Parts: sequence; structure tokens; C-alpha cells
Amino acid sequence: MDSEWVIDAQGLEKSYGSGASRFDALKGVSVQIAPGETVAIVGKSGSGKSTLMHLLALLDKPDRGTLQVAGKDAKALSKRAVNELRNKEFGFVFQQFFLTPNVSVLDNVILPLKIAGMGGRERRRRGMQVLEQLELVDKAGNKATTLSGGQKQRVVIGRALVNAPRVIFADEPTGNLDTATGAVVEDILFELNRSQDITLVIVTHDEELAARCDRQIYIRDGLVVPQTAATHTGAHAMTTAGGPA
Amino acid sequence: MRIKDLVATAISNTFRSKLRTTLTVLAIFVGAFTLTLTNAVGAGVSQYVDAQVGALGSPDVFIITQATDASTAGDGPVEFDASSSASVASNQGPPGTTTKALTDADLVTIGATAGIESVDPIRSVQPDYIEYDSGTPYEFSINATSAVTTADLTAGAQLDGGASEAQLVLPDTFVLPLGFASAEDAVGASVSIGITDILGEKHTVDATVVGVSLESLLAAGAGANDALIAELADAQSSGIDTAVTSYGVAVAHFDTTLSADAITALKADLATAGYTARTIEDQLGAVQTVINGIVGVLNAFAVIALIAAAFGIINTLLMSVQERTREIGLMKAMGMSSGKVYTLFSLEAIVIGFLGSAIGAGVAIGLGSALSAALSQGLLSGLPGLNILLFEPASVTFVIGLVMLIAFLSGTLPAQRAAKQNPIESLRYE
Repeated sequence: MDSEWVIDAQGLEKSYGSGASRFDALKGVSVQIAPGETVAIVGKSGSGKSTLMHLLALLDKPDRGTLQVAGKDAKALSKRAVNELRNKEFGFVFQQFFLTPNVSVLDNVILPLKIAGMGGRERRRRGMQVLEQLELVDKAGNKATTLSGGQKQRVVIGRALVNAPRVIFADEPTGNLDTATGAVVEDILFELNRSQDITLVIVTHDEELAARCDRQIYIRDGLVVPQTAATHTGAHAMTTAGGPA
Repeated sequence: MRIKDLVATAISNTFRSKLRTTLTVLAIFVGAFTLTLTNAVGAGVSQYVDAQVGALGSPDVFIITQATDASTAGDGPVEFDASSSASVASNQGPPGTTTKALTDADLVTIGATAGIESVDPIRSVQPDYIEYDSGTPYEFSINATSAVTTADLTAGAQLDGGASEAQLVLPDTFVLPLGFASAEDAVGASVSIGITDILGEKHTVDATVVGVSLESLLAAGAGANDALIAELADAQSSGIDTAVTSYGVAVAHFDTTLSADAITALKADLATAGYTARTIEDQLGAVQTVINGIVGVLNAFAVIALIAAAFGIINTLLMSVQERTREIGLMKAMGMSSGKVYTLFSLEAIVIGFLGSAIGAGVAIGLGSALSAALSQGLLSGLPGLNILLFEPASVTFVIGLVMLIAFLSGTLPAQRAAKQNPIESLRYE
């Protein structure tokens, strides 16, 4: 059963603060994501969807619940192993890009490879390959700050893609883009899913983007809820709502 | 992340905020510049003093006199004693004091002391003039202790104490007046020394110039080896045995393998026997202590400037950590370990420290060398051989290393803050 899911989370709970200011961001969420799937995590701001993504991406630790990533129990992994897992298996796309200013597009793209300790020549080769794929080769030497929003998000996707990850986590990937540019970026992400079989986990409140995914997980007040009034449903809902497993 | 990449990233990050980095580097520059200069002054003066010590004598030599009479007021006149009361002005005590002479019996006693290998009285000779190739004669004096000293040579070689040939080390001020083209030209030449004997008759003695020395603060006159001194002394005494059995000063060689403690013990032994024995280091020790003290105070000021600069580094890096919160969060999200983040920021601090100290030391060396050259031509021309600023590679390296260490320590707090950052906190934007 383990290997069937790239991510298998059971009864995740997470709260911030303590006493009167205690805030329960997640109150027992179970999520399973299969390899090659595209999953949208949908919810309003404050619903806990970002917290859920952080837990699934091993950026944070749950207070309670179990989480298995690629068949490995996250709790049993050392800090070093978690870092390596994030570096090699995950890619991240953020709404606000988080590109390093005053550094070239190529250098931004190859940052994960640099962190992984890959040699300079190989880094460059793979970086250029990704830029070619995203039609940004002519911008390779430009500073990241000189690009348009759509180009920036393509660079961010390039950065998420350069280490050939198994899963890409995208947090509101089109939130900062106009409709037309947003659509282009969406197309690129879904194309990657199709051609390279990369699992996509997209956090969004954009129903249209959510609808393009295989499956939607609706989060409200820290719990998974059956899909809301919003109409188009995914093919199959494998989500479960409930207390700790 | 590889170390090479970490260093490269740290260097490029340092230049990201140019104005801020420049200002911080300037603060360090001031400290490093000052420290390099004060060290150079210390080294320059020490080297000069060492050369002067060398001019005074070799390290395995005692200058021995009778213990100084402390003629305290109220003691009244001392009764004359024919066997010991001969007084000789030896120039070895403080001005105004006289030293009782050493007799042949004293020399035997000193020579018999355990640890002393040989003892020789210093015989002073008073030549009248020196001339070369029947040219103009010049007034001339010979340093009585030159046979045991190491001259600060500009050309030629040291005196050979064992040679039977009469040898002379000429002060460089005599080179041009005597008609030599250069110091090298003078080496090997034969000069004539004029001397008047006790009967008023004039004699000349020939000597070979083996070396040319810089004028020394502490040992005036030319150097002559034992053979030349003996020849001059014979001429001076005009063959008459003047029964010179009292000497102001004697030079004793001791076993070079003696430890510092053994030397102190030996001095104590000689003191008990009624003699004052001083090594060359003793004679100049006080001078060196003062110089070291002054240099120490100057260094302390420079270090204070560096400590002020250290706060500049802390401030700069804290601002940098603040500004780059998201970048740090992103790198950590992408699997960069806290340790590497810490290293990255520490390296940035070290790069700033290196920039400030290398530029500071470089400018100090450039300006200092020019200043030193100008001073030795002008204000300090009376002290030949003095390089007021001496830049030793080891001490310059030490200054740069020290500044980099201070920078690293300053970077600890900001680097720790960066390393502790939680990636989600850093990336939160809701």
C-alpha cells in the first residue's frame, strides 16, 4: 500500500500559539496523493490549506498524525534526509516568485542544484536545458528583476523543475498574474505533469485552476470538507474527513 | 552546497549592497591600517635596536667592570689603598660615576670563575688620524670593544679576531672623504693610521679595510681586530713597558650553551666576587622595554578601532539577514541545511573583514614605505640604518588574520539568526 502513494498523510493536526491565542490550523486531515496525479487543495485564506501544503512538503512538522513520503515515514527521517528529500524530490512554485534579485536568470534556476552540491558545468548544462524548455534561453544572462511577471513565474517553474523532482508544490502559482499569463503558466505546469509524469500539488482559491486538476481537496476551518456548491467535480474524491486516524 | 560555491556566493552577496559594504569595509580599513602601521613602527625600531645591540657585542659576551663605588654623601673620604684604588673612567657607568680599575689579579679571578671561558682586558688606543694613498688625513678614533662586536656592515666582512693581519672596519662616513668611490671600493684597500707615542713621537701603522659599517648610536669609531689593536698599542707605548696593569673594562666570553638561568647565576657569582657583569641585552633591555610598551599602547588604540568596526559588521549583517529573510527561507525550503546557511553568513562577514584588512594593510604598506623613505632622507637622516616603518610579511599576515577572526566573531550573531530562521515563517505572505 505504501508505495502506491507518493504522499500518504493520516490525521494531520497542527496548531499555532498556546492558551487563549491558540489557533488550530489543521484539525485532523488525511490526504493521499498518487504518483502522476494533479491535486488541487482549495480553500479560503485562513482555511489551513497553506499549512497543509507546508506539512506535505515537509517544511513543517505536524503536531499529530502520520505522514509518509515516497514510502518513508517522515518522522523517522533525519534533518539531513528531510533536506535532501526536499532538494531532490520536491519543486516549489510560489505566488510571489522569491527570485534572488541582481542575480542572473540562470543562477536563479540552478539554485537547487547548487545547494545539492552539483558541479558548475553540469549545473549550467541542466539549467540551460530547462530554460530552453521554457523558452527563456535568451534571458539566461538577464537579471531576474528585469523580467515581466509571466517570465518571472516561468523562471520559478524552471527552478522547481531543474532537479527533476517527483512532486511540484505550487502555492497560488497564478495569483500574481493576469488571466492570459496565468493561463500560459498553468499550461506549462499541466504539460509537465503529462510529459514528465510530475505530480502536481496546487494550493489555490481559483476554482477554474482547481477544476483543471484531477482531484480537488476542499479545506475549511482546518478540516477536509466534501466539495462545496462549486460545481465541477473531479473524477473521484478520495478525500476523507474526520478525526485523528 | 560545495565550499567553493559557498565562498563564491558569499563574495557576490557582499557586493550586492555596495554602499553598505563599502562603509563597513572603511571602518575596518581604519583599524587595519592603524594596526599595520603601529606594528611596522615596532618592528622597525626593534630591528634598529637589534642592529645596535649587534654593534655592541656578541650574545656570549659579558662586559665586566668592578662593582661601582656608590659614594654616598656623608661617608667621608675613603682611605687610599695602593692595591685597589686606581680609578679609571670607563664610560661604562652612568655619567658622574667612576669605576675602579680591574687589575691583572682581577682578570685571573674572573677567568677562574666557573662558566667563563676567556677574559680579555680592553686596551684603548688613541690614534690621531687616518689617511689613504697619502691623501688628506682625517681625525680618527677606534672603538675599544670592536674586536668582540658585530658591525652593521654595508660592504665587506666582519673582523677576523684570529687573523695576524691588521684589519679595520671603516665607518661609512669616511669612505668618500678618504677618496674611495664607494664602500665596495674601500674594501681590501690598505690605509695608514697615524698615532703619537707617549714620548710625543709620531708613528704610522698600516691596516687593511675588510668592511664598511654604518655609524652606530652606541659604538662610535672604527673597528679594529686584535692584531691591529696590539700593533697600535705597541706603537703608542713606544716599546716601553708602561706597566699598564689596570683596565677600565674587560670582556669575558662565556659558554654559549648556557641557559638564561645559568647566565643569571653566573652574573650573581661574579657580583659576589665584586664585579658587575652585563650582557649586551642587559644594557639595552630597558630601551627595548620602553619601545615595546609604546608599541603596545599604539596597538591597543588600533584594536579599539577594530572593535568599533566589529559592531559595524554586526549591524551590516543583521540588516542583510533582515532584508534577505525570504531568500534564506527559500534556500532552506530547497534543502539547504541550517549549518550551510550559518557558514554562508559567516563567510560574508569574513569576506568583509578580509576586504577591509587587505586594503588597509596594502595602503599602510604603500603610504608607510613612502613615508619611511622620506623620513630616512630628512628628519631621521642622523640615524643611518633606521627604517622607522618595517613591514614584515608575518606581522602583516597576522593583522589580516586577526581582523578576519574579529569579523568572523562579529558575524556569529547575524549568522545564527539566519540559520535559525524557519522557512515557513520566512515565506509566509498572507
